[in-house]
This record gives sequence, C-alpha cells and structure tokens, in this order.
Amino acid sequence: MHSDPRSMLPRRAVLTVAGVVTASLVLAACSGGSDSSDTAAAGPKTVSQAEVDKAMTTPTELTFWSWVPRIEKEVALFQAKYPAIKIKVVNAGAGQPEYTKLRTALKAGTGAPDVAQIEFQFIPTFSLTKSLVDLRPYGADAVKDKFVDWTWGQVTGRGGEVWGYPQDTGPMGMLYRKDIFDKYNIDLPTTWDEFAAASKKLHAAAPDINFTNLAPNNNGVWMGLVWQAGGRPFKNTAADAVSVSVNDEISKKVGAYWDGLVKDGSVSTDPDFTDAWFQGLARGKYAAWITAAWGPLFLTGSAKGSSGKWRAAPLPQWDASKPASGNWGGSTSAVISGTKNPIAAAKFAEFINTDPESTKLFTTDQFFFPATKALLADSSFTQQKPAFYGGQAVNEVFAKVSDTVDTTFAWPPFADQAGTDWNETVGKSFTAKGDVGAALDDWQKRVTDYATNQGFKVSQK
Amino acid sequence: MSTEVQSAPTVSGSRRARRTTSARTSVGYLFVAPFLLMFAGLFILPLVYAAYLSLFTERLIGGKAFAGFANYSRALGDDRLIGGIVRVAQFFAFQVPIMLLLALLAALAIDSGLLRYSKVFRLGIFLPYAVPSVVATLMWGYLYGRDFGPIGQVTEAFGLGKPDLLGPNVAFGSMANVVTWEFTGYNMIIIYAALRAIPTDLYEAAAVDGANAWRIAWHIKIPAIRPALMLCLIFSVIGSFQLFAEPQLLQRLAPSVIDSAYTPNLYAYTLAFTGQEVNYAAAVSFLLGLVIVIASYAVLFVTSRGSRRA
Repeated sequence: MHSDPRSMLPRRAVLTVAGVVTASLVLAACSGGSDSSDTAAAGPKTVSQAEVDKAMTTPTELTFWSWVPRIEKEVALFQAKYPAIKIKVVNAGAGQPEYTKLRTALKAGTGAPDVAQIEFQFIPTFSLTKSLVDLRPYGADAVKDKFVDWTWGQVTGRGGEVWGYPQDTGPMGMLYRKDIFDKYNIDLPTTWDEFAAASKKLHAAAPDINFTNLAPNNNGVWMGLVWQAGGRPFKNTAADAVSVSVNDEISKKVGAYWDGLVKDGSVSTDPDFTDAWFQGLARGKYAAWITAAWGPLFLTGSAKGSSGKWRAAPLPQWDASKPASGNWGGSTSAVISGTKNPIAAAKFAEFINTDPESTKLFTTDQFFFPATKALLADSSFTQQKPAFYGGQAVNEVFAKVSDTVDTTFAWPPFADQAGTDWNETVGKSFTAKGDVGAALDDWQKRVTDYATNQGFKVSQK
Repeated sequence: MSTEVQSAPTVSGSRRARRTTSARTSVGYLFVAPFLLMFAGLFILPLVYAAYLSLFTERLIGGKAFAGFANYSRALGDDRLIGGIVRVAQFFAFQVPIMLLLALLAALAIDSGLLRYSKVFRLGIFLPYAVPSVVATLMWGYLYGRDFGPIGQVTEAFGLGKPDLLGPNVAFGSMANVVTWEFTGYNMIIIYAALRAIPTDLYEAAAVDGANAWRIAWHIKIPAIRPALMLCLIFSVIGSFQLFAEPQLLQRLAPSVIDSAYTPNLYAYTLAFTGQEVNYAAAVSFLLGLVIVIASYAVLFVTSRGSRRA
C-alpha cells in the first residue's frame, strides 16, 4: 500500500491520512515475477493493425478503476485522440479496498472494470487467478523500450506475458533534515555502517530525536530494503510452484542490522501513515525518512512547516562500490480478464502510460515519479528545484537511483497474505524488541504453511 | 409479541370463527410479506449461502472441492481462532460489568429526580451512541496518541511521563474504554425506560414505610428492572463476541499488539479478504455464531439461577 500515500497526494492532508490508512493496511508485497523470459518468443498471436483501427473507431464504453486523483485529465487526452471510445472513471478505493472489490466482481462474473490500477506487488496475485489480460497481442513489445528496464521486469510474467503498463514508480532513497544533521554535526551517511554510527551519535546527543523510523506495519519498506541488499525472497518457479526464502542470510543480515538500531533506541518503530507519524515527520521527531521517489512531494504536502529543511540522498549502501536500491510503491494499468473490448482497453492502458503528453501530465499534475526513460532523462523534470528541499534537484537524485534498481526482484502470488504475516511476525518483533532472526523464521513458516495449504508446491532456495 | 399470538385462538373459539381466523391470518401474512421478503433475502439466504460455502474449499491452485466438515475441524483446532474467542470472552467479563454498572447508576440518578438538569445529562450520556463506532474509534485513537495526544500531554505536564495507551498490556483496557464510552448511554436508556414503567404507588408505599432513596433503589427499582438488565446483558454478549470495528481501526495504530486474529470477527474478515480463504472464513463465522448462542444461554442460565436463590 505504499503506493497509496503517493497517489493521494499531499495537498489534502486530511484526505491523505484517511486514504493512507486504508492503503497501508494493505501492506505490501509483491509482484510479479520476472524471472525468465526465455519462453517469451512463443507469445500469442498479435492482432492486426486493421483490427486495432476498427476497434478504435467503433463506439465503445470502457470502465477504468483508478484511485489517482484527477486522472480524468489524462483520460481526456485519450478521448481527444479516440473520440469513439468513452472512458468511465471509477474510484473504487486505494489499494486493498479496490482489490477486494475487484476480486468480488471477478467472482460474481459481473461488474469488473475493463482496465484497473494495480500496484506492482499485486501483479502476480492477480495474474495467478487469471484476472489479467496478457498485453503482448496488443502491441506491448513495441513499447517495451519506452519503460525503465526494472519496471518492465515488474510487469513481466514467468512466461514472458506482459500483465500491465507501468504508471509510476518508487525507487528508494532517503530524505533527511539538513538542519538537524548540521546542528549535531552529522555527515551524510553513504554506507549502512556510517548510517548506524550517525544514528547512535545523534541519539546520544539528542535522545528525543530518532535517526529514522522503521514502521512495523510496512512490509513494503522491508521488501525494498531486502531488494536493495540483493535478497530475492520470492520466486515464481512454475505456474503452481513458488520458492519462499524470506529468512535467508540476506534477510537476516538486514533484520539484525535494524534490530540493533531499534534496540539501542536510536531508531523508533512507530506505525507509519498515522496521525502520530505525520506529526513526527512535521515536527522533527525523525531526522531521516527512508522513502521512495514519490516521498519528496508527499512530504511537501504533509510537513509544510518544515519547508527548506529537508534534503534528498540515495539510500546508504552495503557495498559502496556497487550502488543499489529497491522499489517501494508504484502502480500499473492492467487490462482485466472478461473485458469485451480487449483491444480498446489495451490501447487505452498503453496510451495513458506512454503518450508523451499524458506521461508528462502525470509528473506535473499528480507528481508521479515516472516509469518512462524519456521523462527520467527530461531536464524539465530532473532539474526542478523545489524550495522545500532548499533548491536541491531532488528528482535528479531519484532518477539516478532508478538506474540502480535490480530488475529481477519478484513478488509472491499472495502479496496481501505475505504482508499481513510480516506485520505479525517480523514487524511485531521490531516493536517488542524481540528476536528478529526467530521472527523471520516464523514468517517463513507462516508463508510456507499458507502457500502449501493453497495448493502450491513450495520450495526454499 | 408472543402473548398476542397465543391469545388469538382463544378469541375465535367456534368453527365459523376459525375460518375467519384463517382468512385473517393469510391477510396477516400479506402485511408482513415485505418484512419476510427482506428477512429471507437479506438474512436467511446469505446465511444458507455461507453454510453452503463452508462445506467447500477453494484453493488458489487446484480450485474448488467439496470438503465436508474439514473447515470446521480445522477451525476447532485453530489456535488463532480460539485465542480470539478467549480474548472476547475476557473482554465481556471485564468490560460489560463496568459498563452496565455505570449505565445503571446513571439511569438511577436521572430517575431519582434529584438531578437538576436531568434531560441534559440523559442526552449527554446517550450522545456517544449516536457517534458511529468508526468515528468514535478514530477519535479515541487520536486521544490515545503517545507523542502528540492530549492525554499524554496532560500526564507529561504532571511529570508522569507519556503512557503508551496502546501498548501490549494496555490496549485491551483502552479498547474497553472506547466500547464503554460508546454503549453506556444506550444501556442507560433501556434501563431508564424500565425505571419509568415502575408504578409510582410502590414508591409511595415504600415512603410510607419509611424507606429512604437507597432502599427504594435497592429493593424496588433494581428488582423491577431485572428484565431490562437481562436484555442489556444479552445484547452485550453479542456485542462483545462480535467486536470488529474498534480492533480493526486500532490495528493501524498498534499493529504489533492487535493482530489480525485479535477478535474472531476480525479473523474471519482477514481470512476472507486477505487470505482469500472465503470458505474457511464462512466456517469460522458459523462457529462464532454457535459460540454466541452458547454464551448467551450460559449467561441466562447463570443469572436466572442467581435470581431463584435470591
């Protein structure tokens, strides 16, 4: 649910809080396995240009579920080009509430939309239940190169299917309070070791301030941190098989690291996107926020009073010579199975996420962090210098981070369950200052039990 | 209601009268038809459907299969479900006596006629019930806030530090407080209405005998409103065992304390909408219904035995 915070956007703080609450219930997890694309060559038959032309000029009505504010603006661009296609936009809730409705509609066999907003981490969850349409016959391969490589990996299925078009992304970085760093003489940490040292130093000097916060209810952040560290906790090895290794060495290393900082008191474990957490951000309780590329604008809206005090930086690194990052949040537009107009639906999803005007509008109106290579290289985007960050070109920082996100990270086909289980094992042990290693083992067991019970062949790498 | 139904046949004793009765009865059905339709469509039908669902399993891989009572036997051995049921039973034992005592005291106070602005009190105590429980929980969640909540600010001003009102051992009591706040007024109104129905000549007789206000309350009022108290108690059994909105919302604020199986209803919800285990959730819900029936009977049995002894 991470993504919701971003999509709900800063300006309406109150709305945001409410939206985020629901959103964060969801928690995380993951999407699609992009493991092997060897089989991609044998894709299904492509529809012809004549068929596309016919579909796009036949009067059609499509339903589009999305929780992006003011998405009507991008839709209007599409309708100007294809006046025969009428798009009905429905906000069915942000994240989990939408997925619940979508599942219900799919089960009922009626009422499902033609196109829906789906977060990256939920792509495998919905492709498993055959709820998404493979976009390859509708020209997906032709637009592949427009998207940042790792985002394409996120929407690519095990057999090379394309399950959606990336809409926005959240490569992870760090926002920090320069005024607090300066006051306590802290240098910007570039490695996790430096980060831990700075955290202890700050806490010794100012016990009221936490260097950062690790939310025990946000599996999305955890997955992003493991992603950065090179962990690959899930792998979709076959249609009915999944590999679960959430307690491997890399996860345990990340767990032990944060466990240390939590136990010495320098890092807090407040649930995020709650009133108290928003207050903490705005009032300088946290000196840094480990966040994603949508964070800078989100913060601008929710911590207005601290304008000018924040700066952005890449995540600290495990190995400074090989910079890496993970992703937290971001969505796709996916075509839902059962649509009567798959061609028009696919072309609509393609248009709003590839058309230069539409994608640009996403960055200027909704303040999305783009998923297309063209925008990440566009100086009118990267060179924005908001006063909130003291004139720093924050988008440029995150655009560089985006290049360091690994392309092969995969999400399990039961993202919501895995996220809830994380809260109740690993997240809980952070709060309770318990044994995080044992909690990771618990998580492994709960996910394995669930998957086995659901009929998967479960393996551990 | 039941008395009216029984009295009908005695009125129409003769054979002719009986025929008219049957005609009258069928007209009666016509009148209640809208209710029966809604009752069947919105209550019986979903219940039957849920019962049907609970006999199957549908897995993400492998699809749907008849499972007999497998879901039920799984539920009977499910520690998380049992833990949730034990927790709501504890909640009932802890919170309901406090709430009913407060409601009783408030009703007696207002009924005593000694209060000056009794209407204001009555409305004031009832008002929280008019606040949707979602709103009430969000509001209390804010008040409980550790860093910036007003309660924490007050205790800190007195040098008592900032209590974590949603911490591991305290969240249970904090939630009981929310529920008490919400429902004391509702129970008070039921009790107060029963108090108003007591014939005033009883009070006069008692006064003549020299009974003071306390004796009147203890020996006349409380025995007379016993049925109303029983009603409150049964409602509270059902309410406690079905706790959902409060823990679901507070979960956001205390995710490590209130887990997805904190109450049985929350567990069923999570099973259905997070784990996609709709069939198992249906079985869990049915078992919960059974537990509520048993608990209600147990409460009735225990309290009625108590009254006979008295």
